Amino acid sequence: MTTTNEYQATTSTGRIANFVDSRVGASAIVKEFGRKIFPDHWSFMFGEVAMYTFVLLLLSGTFLTFFFDPSMAHVVYDGSYVPMKGIGMSTAMSSTMEISFDVRGGLFMRQVHHWSALLFVASLSVHMLRVFFTGAFRRPRELNWVVGGVLLIMGLAAGFTGYSLPDDLLSGNGLRIIDGVMKALPIVGTYLSMFFFGGEFPGEHVIPRLYSLHIMIVPAVIILLIVIHLFMVVTHKHTQYPGPGRTNDNVVGFPVGPVYAAKAGGFFFIVFGIVAFIAGLFQINPVWNYGPYDPSPVSAGTQPDWYIGFVDGALRLMPGVLGNFSFEWHIPFPWGTNTLVLSVLLPALVPAGALFAVMFAWPWIERWVTKDNREHHLLDRPRNAPFRTAMGVAGVIFYSVMWAAASSDLIATHFHVALNDVTYWLRALFFIGPILGFWLTRRICLSLQRKDREIVLHGREAGIIQMSPEGGFSEKHEEIDVYKRYLLTNFVDRQYIPAEPDAAGHVSRKEKRRAMISKFFFEDRVAPVTPSELEAAHAAHGHHEVEGDKQDSIEK
Amino acid sequence: MGDHSHGSPENSGTVAKADDVAQDRFPDPGLPPHRPRLADRDPRAAKRHERQVALLFTISIIGTLFFFVAYFVLGRLGEMSFAELRVQNAALGLGTAFAMLGIGVGIVHWAKTLMPDHELMEMRHEIRSEEDRQDAVEIVDTVLEESGIKRRPLIRNTLIGAIALAPIPAIFMFRDLDRTGNTAHQMIDSLRHTMWDKGIRLTRDPSGTPIKASDVQIGSAFHVVPEGINETENPLNEKAKAVVLLMRMDPAEMQISEGREDWNVDGIVAYSKICTHVGCPIALYEQHTHHLLCPCHQSTFDLTQECKVIFGPAGHALPQLPITVDSEGYLVAQSDFHEPVGPSYWERG
Repeated sequence: MTTTNEYQATTSTGRIANFVDSRVGASAIVKEFGRKIFPDHWSFMFGEVAMYTFVLLLLSGTFLTFFFDPSMAHVVYDGSYVPMKGIGMSTAMSSTMEISFDVRGGLFMRQVHHWSALLFVASLSVHMLRVFFTGAFRRPRELNWVVGGVLLIMGLAAGFTGYSLPDDLLSGNGLRIIDGVMKALPIVGTYLSMFFFGGEFPGEHVIPRLYSLHIMIVPAVIILLIVIHLFMVVTHKHTQYPGPGRTNDNVVGFPVGPVYAAKAGGFFFIVFGIVAFIAGLFQINPVWNYGPYDPSPVSAGTQPDWYIGFVDGALRLMPGVLGNFSFEWHIPFPWGTNTLVLSVLLPALVPAGALFAVMFAWPWIERWVTKDNREHHLLDRPRNAPFRTAMGVAGVIFYSVMWAAASSDLIATHFHVALNDVTYWLRALFFIGPILGFWLTRRICLSLQRKDREIVLHGREAGIIQMSPEGGFSEKHEEIDVYKRYLLTNFVDRQYIPAEPDAAGHVSRKEKRRAMISKFFFEDRVAPVTPSELEAAHAAHGHHEVEGDKQDSIEK
Repeated sequence: MGDHSHGSPENSGTVAKADDVAQDRFPDPGLPPHRPRLADRDPRAAKRHERQVALLFTISIIGTLFFFVAYFVLGRLGEMSFAELRVQNAALGLGTAFAMLGIGVGIVHWAKTLMPDHELMEMRHEIRSEEDRQDAVEIVDTVLEESGIKRRPLIRNTLIGAIALAPIPAIFMFRDLDRTGNTAHQMIDSLRHTMWDKGIRLTRDPSGTPIKASDVQIGSAFHVVPEGINETENPLNEKAKAVVLLMRMDPAEMQISEGREDWNVDGIVAYSKICTHVGCPIALYEQHTHHLLCPCHQSTFDLTQECKVIFGPAGHALPQLPITVDSEGYLVAQSDFHEPVGPSYWERG
């Protein structure tokens, strides 16, 4: 290496920058990222909200660890909250009380932490919905979709392990339910519960164990996954919405420096500000109202944190006995009778398992059905993928019915209806709701696509009423500009692909199944307007061609 | 769909892209023309935006100062009433909110009004080039070849065996997560027993006073724990199994199965309070219907039919505690429960 013409900085800032640069090679990083282009759209913010609330969780959580003591040793409360003085509780509960009442700003930090956690899982979920409905998970981003799904599961794990730490009455009942679900697992369940609680429920060991998971293992995994997630975003470059000038080969947007960095960086402070506002004004998890954990009392109308709701709701929906038939099955074995607790196992594992299994597998399912293994960097407008949008809505309804069931008692008391009726309705909706949702959504998507066709072929309504020489009134339609027209006509037109023979000329059963699903998904479709159709429409004064020439558009 | 002969530095043509299929399509008109903002044309508007951004940053500074006021002036350590705490909490929140929103909104406003809003374009590059793939395959082959792992199956197979076995001790080390020192059999057995035994008095929870049969009126319900529960080694563990609901109803309304005829005292009955679904305490007793309701998942049990499940997710009836009265007229247990209390498990049978 020659030093004859090495760069010499003139200012002191420059000298420091040059010192660092010449030792770590920062120039290359600045060159790579300094003007990297990011597409801009409001729906891309949800992932950012998730990341920023996670940063808030780390900040507020670190503060809380300095004061929290996760021990389950018995103490008598002697802090400044008078109504609780003299009550026996665990050290964990007592130090939670101390953080709330005897550490200035401690209550604020607890509330920032809890609200951020709720927002973290919420923004993760909405971000995943955005990715799903726009088709951003398609090649090459399938693995990043999976990483995102694991992040969601880890978000739930973080929430659950943290929720139980104060050892108050409400979270203790949550643990009691976990204990019941664990014990329902065949063969290993009872031991698993004993290992988890260090003996019989509740024991004196579970809170410290949850604590080390909550502050060490789970956040470490989340940080690792976020790094992988962002690394892949850089590798793939961000997707973009379709539109004029945006192709599958380019990225149109704002450079990191200064615009994108300013917007994204500023957005962190906005998220922080909003969380601080909520944490200041809206009380959450007032453990001093619940009291310490005791296996005997429980208050009516208790609710888990929202993200656990769907599992809790599934538990409520399941009938334990139907007539004289019990879902607790007694199976006779040579060594004695064992119990298979289907009344707990089915609702606890099957709906959540099915939801996550379909979610993780969806990129591969879609690739298999559509035979589309191309790279996609342009997003779909949800209406232009009616099958996927309809499936997504079906999934959302499936989830929401279970979620609503977690509040079945509150629905009953607020709307003055019988609790049993609420449950019966929700049980029916659990099966019918997703089917109705699928059908309705697909019809809506197809209608919106037809509307797009009409706008391209007939132009937009100008809002000008014309009177003809005969005295008839009609609204004037104006042709849309080329940019809008390109947006409305440029999408992937997915079609039914009949079963195709393999190399040996044999049509396998798997291929036939694929063709069946393909037919189900793509039988009904609305093709984009082609230039020749528009020409024909203009020639015929554009009045009869809304549906297009069916034969013609499907042949293409 | 791949076409190797039309490669370019950004795109070798080996990976199909969604745009490649040529169709009867409208041509891409390219990016719409840029529309200048007010601040791009009018320097006075730009100056106004500049002042707005500065004002927002000033609001942030005021927010931070307000936080300190809330922290030191509104907070008096150790002697605050709950109302004062709430006020302080709200003030801390508002101070922080203004401090953060001032910065955030200010920066975003700055970026949107004063920084250039021309959209730029960049080409995507291939995620993996064919050239790289071939080089990588060659390297992997070389590594495998030099290590000799393919040529020497003895080494490979013993290594696989060793690696498969090595983590197993790490799993077994977790055996002592159970801190009771019980054997597997004792662990299962512990779930079958509670504190209740012949002659143990029923006492009120939490006061611990014993209950006379004459205290229990028709329609009333008592939350009951065994006498002496607070003197046990781990009262919460005992309580999690032994809590009982005590109720009295008209003996004429009760359906009593064979073998349970003497388990009640003139219509006074005791049932486990732990739900047989997933273990929540059953806290709600509806007097006129004689239904017990679990507030967690709404399992409903009918007291007149020996707490049979009539609605909700629970899979079997609540266990009944056989009771009688002792010589002083206090209610006592005849024995332990005849079946395990609480949620079902594999070994319950």
